Amino acid sequence: MTDTAQEPMLAADGRPLKQSLARALRRQKTRALLMIAPLLLFVMLTFVIPILSMLMRSVENAIVPDTLPGTVAALSAWDASSGRAPDEVVYRHLFIDLFKAAEAKEHTKLGTRLNYEQTGQSSLFRTSGRKLDDLAEPYQDAIEDISPDFKEAAFWYELMSGEDGSALLAQRRDLWNALVGEELSGEAGFMPSAQIAQLLPWTARAYTDFALWSALVKNDTVAEERPWEAVYAALAMDLEDPAKRQAIADYDGAGAAQLQALAAAQSDLPAVRLREGFIELNRSWGEPRIWTTIKLYSPRYTPGYFLNAVDMQLSPDGAEAKPENQQIYTQLFKRTLIMALIITGSCILLGYPVAWILANLPARTANVLMILVLLPFWTSLLVRTSAWKVLLQQQGVINEILVWLGFVDDANRLVLMNNATGTVIAMTHILLPFMILPLYSVMKTIPPSYLRAAKSLGATNWTAFRRVYFPQSVPGIGAGSILVFILAIGYYITPEIVGGTSGVFISNRIAYHISSSLNWGLAAALGTILLVVVLALYWLYDRIVGIDNVKLGG
Amino acid sequence: MADTQIKDAFVEFERVQKSYDGENLVVKDLNLALPKGEFLTMLGPSGSGKTTCLMMLAGFETATYGDIRLDGVSINNIPPHKRGIGMVFQNYALFPHMTIAENLAFPLEVRRIGKSEREKKVRRALDMVEMGEFGGRRPAQLSGGQQQRVALARALVFEPELVLMDEPLGALDKQLREKMQFEITHLAHQLGITTVYVTHDQTEALTMSDRVAVFDDGRIQQLAPPDRLYEAPENSFVAQFIGENNTLEGVVTEIRGQTCVVKLDDGEVIDAVPVNVSAVGERTRVSIRPERVEYNKERMQEGAHTLKAKVLEFIYMGDIFRTRLSVAGNDEFIIKTRNAPDQERLRPGQEIEIGWMAEDCRALDA
Ligand SMILES: Nc1ncnc2c1ncn2[C@@H]1O[C@H](COP(=O)(O)OP(=O)(O)OP(=O)(O)O)[C@@H](O)[C@H]1O
Ligand SMILES: [Mg+2]
Repeated sequence: MTDTAQEPMLAADGRPLKQSLARALRRQKTRALLMIAPLLLFVMLTFVIPILSMLMRSVENAIVPDTLPGTVAALSAWDASSGRAPDEVVYRHLFIDLFKAAEAKEHTKLGTRLNYEQTGQSSLFRTSGRKLDDLAEPYQDAIEDISPDFKEAAFWYELMSGEDGSALLAQRRDLWNALVGEELSGEAGFMPSAQIAQLLPWTARAYTDFALWSALVKNDTVAEERPWEAVYAALAMDLEDPAKRQAIADYDGAGAAQLQALAAAQSDLPAVRLREGFIELNRSWGEPRIWTTIKLYSPRYTPGYFLNAVDMQLSPDGAEAKPENQQIYTQLFKRTLIMALIITGSCILLGYPVAWILANLPARTANVLMILVLLPFWTSLLVRTSAWKVLLQQQGVINEILVWLGFVDDANRLVLMNNATGTVIAMTHILLPFMILPLYSVMKTIPPSYLRAAKSLGATNWTAFRRVYFPQSVPGIGAGSILVFILAIGYYITPEIVGGTSGVFISNRIAYHISSSLNWGLAAALGTILLVVVLALYWLYDRIVGIDNVKLGG
Repeated sequence: MADTQIKDAFVEFERVQKSYDGENLVVKDLNLALPKGEFLTMLGPSGSGKTTCLMMLAGFETATYGDIRLDGVSINNIPPHKRGIGMVFQNYALFPHMTIAENLAFPLEVRRIGKSEREKKVRRALDMVEMGEFGGRRPAQLSGGQQQRVALARALVFEPELVLMDEPLGALDKQLREKMQFEITHLAHQLGITTVYVTHDQTEALTMSDRVAVFDDGRIQQLAPPDRLYEAPENSFVAQFIGENNTLEGVVTEIRGQTCVVKLDDGEVIDAVPVNVSAVGERTRVSIRPERVEYNKERMQEGAHTLKAKVLEFIYMGDIFRTRLSVAGNDEFIIKTRNAPDQERLRPGQEIEIGWMAEDCRALDA
């Protein structure tokens, strides 16, 4: 209150004037806000949020750590530059993770994801996922030979159940949720034993995974289901450790006798050699580059898509340029920008005289001609573009006329389509109204007396146009150019139809990744770059021309 | 129209006709000649063809028929930018994207005048209209009056011999308009420029011009110096259009050289000067200026013709009294009297006798 007392200006009621004004304005502002609220909400829900979530995909990479949580953790200790594949323990984690993923049929998705970075991964994961049971079978058979009780679902359930295992249960449940990408609901009907979890960590984890899967997804009773083959393999891994065998001797919980018998006969179990097993399934598992890729793409967020979008790739030494023959995107961005500029330029050249004539004709004639300018809006874009196809073909109308007139030899007809020329011609036609309309509305506001004044002051027609008329029409050119350029840079249908391979835009590539290759992350990264380029150009335009120099009329 | 033919005319319109649509003549048979240094005003009601005449002279419209000559050369042979005609437009037409100084430098630049000389001339022109400090501003940052002066300076900066102005003061308030009227005439005479000025404000026309051409219906109705125009209108349009005027309608009964006798419609018979009547029996409108009518017996001149009148309305206007009377069946008869100490203030309903001299009373076309 003390410094408000120092405020010199007071309103009639004794409050500081600033405060009173702010209060008066606040009501206006609130009303304005309420009026735009429905639209704002609509735009947020249907436009901004989807776009933001789409853009998020350009860096999101959760699928790798979610599908292979154990493997990713174990791989962190592996040195990618060592030149050899990781140790047995990484393969064990891979086995458990992949087994789970194969049960949930999620392993092929990971294959598809990693295939974006390295071809061949997709089939590697698909085929390996199918044969994991074979890897585990020897251990299952051997264990069941030693102690037939391990054939019984109920025995397993009793052995693994216990107290205080809720931490393990919650952790495994979170991993399942992450893997299947949704919140699994329901009761597990199983509580792991903390003692067993300490004694047989691999087994406890694998069995808990199995139990959760049976209960939550399959809706089976855990006690009646025989565990996965992977659980037997996990048990074999646990039993390999002499320290654990020692501890089993002191164990006295449920199934202690069978477990101790198994530990005593451990030497009869086949040695756990999953590394060799995997390499036998597919030789690729022994190659360090597979593991390098997995390791590079193991974080939840990755710059990989963006690097891809600018023809670079991740490597153990950081980002590096892709081999020359795989570079396509920078080229495509450049081409898109240049062609959008050419289209904008031809729209200015073709549209300016038309707008000038329209603005200087009597209103009635101008209105009729304006309808002709707007006519293209009344026909479908697809129809118009297809019409261009008819015109531009080598056997098309334009070539026929040129040949008939003798301008072009019948043998070398002009190639006007399926290249950049076709795209520029068709898109200039389609976007021309967006140039003419702002130009026209700006020119309409330039009184003819300016030109007359200039001429009376001694300027020739050309000087009067250049020095007086043209500068005043620049805001119209600016508005038209921004419209045309931004529309052109994101155009998709027309280049797709008449552009061939050398006339397509970056948007066609984005569309391809969204609907055909399903590499949404790369599509999102390309889209984000396009957005940033447009914003940067807009900023540049503002710096050079000034955005308040853009008028759509009046 | 003897006074349209001048020996060494600088600007000449000869039998000029103009039609925009091929159906109506906007300008019909225009003959006009003005000598170097003259300030001529085209005055007329809206749509009478004033701007059209100006545009033909400036070269933005071509005459449909006839010849326009500038300094003896047919104007059709000179493109607009070579005519060297300064022009002030009704909306000023200052280039909005240039500063005031750039606007003024424009005509000099296109004439390829060197930079230092250009700057000197621009400064001089701006000083001339007392706008010296505003050179760096844009037109939109000036008031209407300031823009007007800049437009004037721009039309004069390249020292044209002929300046055309199309209602340049139309957008200004009364006081500023009067000030600018004075400044424009002053400048025009000082620089010795020939000026064609368009207005539909008759006061402006009378106070500024050497001669006034009254336009109506595409024709010059009268071309004369302001005093002649006011005191000796040649037809009833001019009499009505310039200043206030009383008309009495009747039939000519007798013509004797410089006087004629008119029998008014209510039977009263008066004497008048025959201006636009040629034969006995013709209908005529007799025109008398309000200030030439006297009702005070003592001031009435010898030989004045008197008539009975009834006061309908008395309007106090400060410097003068304006009284509306009913005279010979005309209820719109106005008389004006000076607000002198001994002047009687008439009351509505009062019956009085008014009188005027026959030479102030002009018999014009009906
Ligand atoms: N470009 C044009 N096309 C067709 N008719 C026109 C054109 N310009 C003027 N006219 C017509 O010519 C006539 C005279 O017009 P002009 O502009 O010369 O009048 P003015 O005397 O300048 O009137 P004002 O005092 O209102 O400016 C008008 O009836 C007008 O409608
Ligand atoms: Mg006019």
